[in-house]
This record gives sequence, structure tokens and C-alpha cells, in this order.
Amino acid sequence: MIISDKDKRTRRLGLVYSTPMGLWLSLFFMVPLLIIIIYSFLTKGLYGGVELPVTMTAYKQMFNPNFLRVLLRTLWVASLSTLLTIVLALPCGYAMARSKHQTFWLGMVIIPFWTNSLIRVYAWISILSSEGFVNEALKTLGIIKESLSLIYNQGAVITVLIYMYIPFAILPLFTTIDKFDFALLEAARDLGATKPQAIFKVLLPNIRSGIITSVIFTFIPIFGAYTVPLLVGGKDSYLIGNIIVDQVTKTRNWPLASAFSLIITLLSTLGVLWMMTSTARERARLKQQPVKDRDDLQINGTAIIESSLKNSTGGR
Amino acid sequence: MDSNKKTAPPKQNGKKRLVPTQLVSPPTGPQGPYKLPKNQHFSDHRRFGFSNIMLVLVIVFLFAPLIVVIFYSFNESKGMRWTGVSLKWYVQLFMESEALWKAFTNSFIIAISSSIVATVLGSLASIGIKWYKFKSRTYIQIASFLPMVLPEVIIGISMLIFFTAVKIPLGMFTIFVAHTTFNIPFVFLLVSARLDEFDFSIIEAARDLGATERQTLFKVVIPSIMPAIVSSMLMSVTMSLEDFVITFFVSGPGSTTLPLYVYSMIRYGVSPVINSLSLVLILGIMILALSLKRFLKTIAASS
Repeated sequence: MIISDKDKRTRRLGLVYSTPMGLWLSLFFMVPLLIIIIYSFLTKGLYGGVELPVTMTAYKQMFNPNFLRVLLRTLWVASLSTLLTIVLALPCGYAMARSKHQTFWLGMVIIPFWTNSLIRVYAWISILSSEGFVNEALKTLGIIKESLSLIYNQGAVITVLIYMYIPFAILPLFTTIDKFDFALLEAARDLGATKPQAIFKVLLPNIRSGIITSVIFTFIPIFGAYTVPLLVGGKDSYLIGNIIVDQVTKTRNWPLASAFSLIITLLSTLGVLWMMTSTARERARLKQQPVKDRDDLQINGTAIIESSLKNSTGGR
Repeated sequence: MDSNKKTAPPKQNGKKRLVPTQLVSPPTGPQGPYKLPKNQHFSDHRRFGFSNIMLVLVIVFLFAPLIVVIFYSFNESKGMRWTGVSLKWYVQLFMESEALWKAFTNSFIIAISSSIVATVLGSLASIGIKWYKFKSRTYIQIASFLPMVLPEVIIGISMLIFFTAVKIPLGMFTIFVAHTTFNIPFVFLLVSARLDEFDFSIIEAARDLGATERQTLFKVVIPSIMPAIVSSMLMSVTMSLEDFVITFFVSGPGSTTLPLYVYSMIRYGVSPVINSLSLVLILGIMILALSLKRFLKTIAASS
């Protein structure tokens, strides 16, 4: 009796604590998403806005070859920059996790990360533009006479995108690798694995969830990037984010903008679900069914280290 | 590449693969007990190894543009050709940029108000969700997670469409609402992470000693998660001051924020005042990061 009474009370209180946030997010986040879903099936109004006949026009308009080209380009740019970002971020996360000065390195990643994004884009503009830092420096050194065109192309967009989003990849990778037991690497090496083997067969599979998280946290924002292609890209490097914004601000085709937004929302949600299930699966695997190899490896690794500690007088 | 120059493994550890059992049972072979070479414990990681070099290179990559901008903020002339040291862009920034400081004030008002509301709502909800079990829990968790992963353009547009549909005029208020909305999830995550480490037997102890629900909340729980609350609030302030994309959609006439102002400066004629502004902002961020030193790891885990 007493327990159930207590339960009821706590239940109500939990709801009391969480309701304000729940209501706020429902009203200002979930309802807007619902409105987008509805709008995507309506007709474009004459002066912006939407009108009643329910149609699929917006979805048909999406198959315009122009949009498809931009969509493909966005996929290509987002995939390439995510890949490069992860390849650069992995060793960084590893080095940071192994460093004695973790806080220092975290600060070094976080300070540029928190700096106003427009200031960072502006910094790149002043470096790459035709009278920018690189061109002026090369001219002063007498290496070139005419300015190189370094900006307003796809290369510039990809470079700046990597620059903007690499902290998003480094931070989750660092967090995961920091929890990784480095004795496993040692053990793998002692059992005869080469360094690449130890990294690809022991380290990477164990930090899979961190890799997936950082892929998602770089791919999704890059996929929806708007500012970077607008400011450092040319007409041929517009991405889907720019198309959506143009539909809202210039063409005033709200149903089409809604339809695009909806598709991106669905894709992002799928990505997040994938991330969550793989993290959950990994947790379950580690908790309930310890994989035999890994377990063996751990036991052996620990045994080796213990015995070596016993045997050798001076450790590190 | 993979030859371990520094440690020179013992011969029995060479190319031949060792069977695990040989190692587990105390190996007292003819060579005596198995010994690792002295500095091989945890020493696969070398100071000038590949990953450390990559880390330094990436940090240089991250800082180089900022340093270039700061360097040229002391340049006398407008362009990127160095003509001499001058503080005139700082004079212009502090003395002759009224519109910029107006935008800065707007940004600040929104940052403070939205981060206070977000911190209160987010912290309370994470206490409620960690502490109790109830039906709509999953919904609230999903609703608090989604805004973090959707591209900013989508959040901005959906809010613009929403505010237009319910006929709320765009301005300071809509920016405040939008910023609160995207700040809540970060507060929620950061405080939840802290609550994960919280020892709930303390709450039971407080209750057993006769504390009421409210006393427990204000005298036990909140003080002990205060660091997380403060750091999530500072983070909210930073993100609010920084946001451009979402603000771009939900701002109206007269509600220009600092990022919007910087954007117009970039689009319609670059002025070196941005260079001097960069130094001021970066210094601010550095002070913030230093004061949050203790929480950087938690912040890394939640961003």
C-alpha cells in the first residue's frame, strides 16, 4: 500500500518537472514540424503562403532535373567532406584520449568551435579571396603575378565545411576513445598483431558507436549547410540548403520548401535511429554476451601486464 | 612503418604468433620468466607518432584562419597587404560602430533570457526524467533529442512557417523563442549526464531524515548538480550569441543580432572592423573556455 502510494506521488511529480519542457518543445518544435508536413501537401499561394487544394505538386516538383542535380551534388559534397573529416578526426581523437593534457587539447578544439561561425567563414574569405592572404603572400614572394582563383568553387566549399564541422567529429570520437581500454591494443600487439592490425581489428570495432555518432553529427549538418556554400561557393556549388531557402525567401514556394524539409527531416531521423540502435546493440553486446575473442583478449592482456608489472621493477 | 623502433621487441615476441595459454600460465621456459621490455607498458603511443602529428596539424588548421584575421586587425590599410601597425580598426569598432553595438545588445538580451529559460526548463525536465518513471517519458526524450540533429535550416524554416501561420510578428520575441528551443536539448543532455553520476541514495537519506520533496530538490539535488547547470547555461549563452542560420529566418525589422550584422557586413562590403571584432570575440570565448575548464569533458561528451 505504502509503496504504491509513494509511486503515484513520484509519478505525478516527474510529470510536473518535465511538463514545462515537454510543452515548450511540443509547441515550438513538434507543431512546426507537423505544419511543415501539412504544408507540403498544399498548393502554393499567390503571394507566398499556401492555399487549400490538397495536391502532390510539391513532391512532383522535387523531381525537376535541376533539383536532382543539386541533390546529387549535395550528397557528393556531404559524403566527401564527412569522409575527410572523419579520417582527419580519428587520429586527433585518439591522440587526445591518450594525452596527459586532455583538457588543454579539448580547449584547443573547443575555442575555434565556439567562435562565431560567420567570423570563421569570413576568416576563410579573407584568406582565399583574390586579394586575400594567400594571393597577396604569394605575390609578395614573387611566386605568382596574377591572383589564383581559390574561392567560389567546390574545393573552397569542401575545405571550409571540413573546417566548420571537424570539431563535431573530434569531440564524440575523443569521448568514445577515452573510454577504450588501451591495454587491449597492447595485448593485441603482444599477441603478434601488427600496428595496423591492432588498430583496424581491435580499436576501430570497439569505438564503432563513436564513429557512427561523429559521422551523423558531421553528415547531417553538412547536408543541410546553407551559409558556407552561400558565402564561399559559386553558383555551381549551391547545395540543397540554399535551394530550400531560395524557395522560402525568393520563389515563395512554401509547399516545395516544406517537402524538401520533410525529406531531410526523415533522412536525419533515420540516421539518428541507426546511430541509437547501433549504440544500444553495442551496449547490450558488451553487457550480456561478451564476445569471446574480446574477452579472451582482455584476460590475456591483463595477465601479461600484471605479470610484467610483477617481474619488472621499474615501470613507466 | 610498423616496426617498433623504440622498443625493439624480444625475439620470442617476433613473427611467431604466441598461443594465448602460453602467456597466461607463468611462462618459465629456458629463458626464464617472460619479461616485457621495460618501456613497453602502454608505450605503443609515441610522442611524435602519427596521431600526435595529425592532432597538432589539425589544431593548426583550426587556428590558422583566426590568427590571420587577428593579425590583420592591426593592419593600417584595408586589404590584406601589410602596410603598418595601427589600432584604427579597434578605434572604429569601439567608437564608431553604433549599429554593431546595438546588434550586440540585442544578441546579449536574447542570449541571457533564452539561456535562463532553457536552463530552468531543461534542468527540471532532466531531473524529472532521471528521477521518475512516467508514460510520456519517451516522447519527451525524443522531442529533446531531435532539435540537436536536424539541420539548422530546417528548424529555422519550420519556425518561420509556424510563426507566420499563427501570426506572431517576427522580432525579438520570436528570436528568443527559437533560441530557447535549440538551447533546451543541450541543457537537458548536460544536466542528464551529471545526474547519471548522481548518487540517489543521498536523496533517500534526505527523505528518511524528513526532508520534503521540495527541500530535497532545492537543498540536495540542485546544489549538487549546480556545476552542470551553470556550465549548460554558459553554453546556451555561447550558442545563442553564435547562431546565425535560425536567427536569420525568425528575425524581423529592428531585431538585428550580432551574427546577422556580421553577415550583412560580409555580404555588402567587407570592413576590417570584423577583424578587430574577431579578436574581441575570440578573447571572450577563451575566457569562457578557461572558466569551464572542469566541464570541457562533459561538454565534449554532449556535443
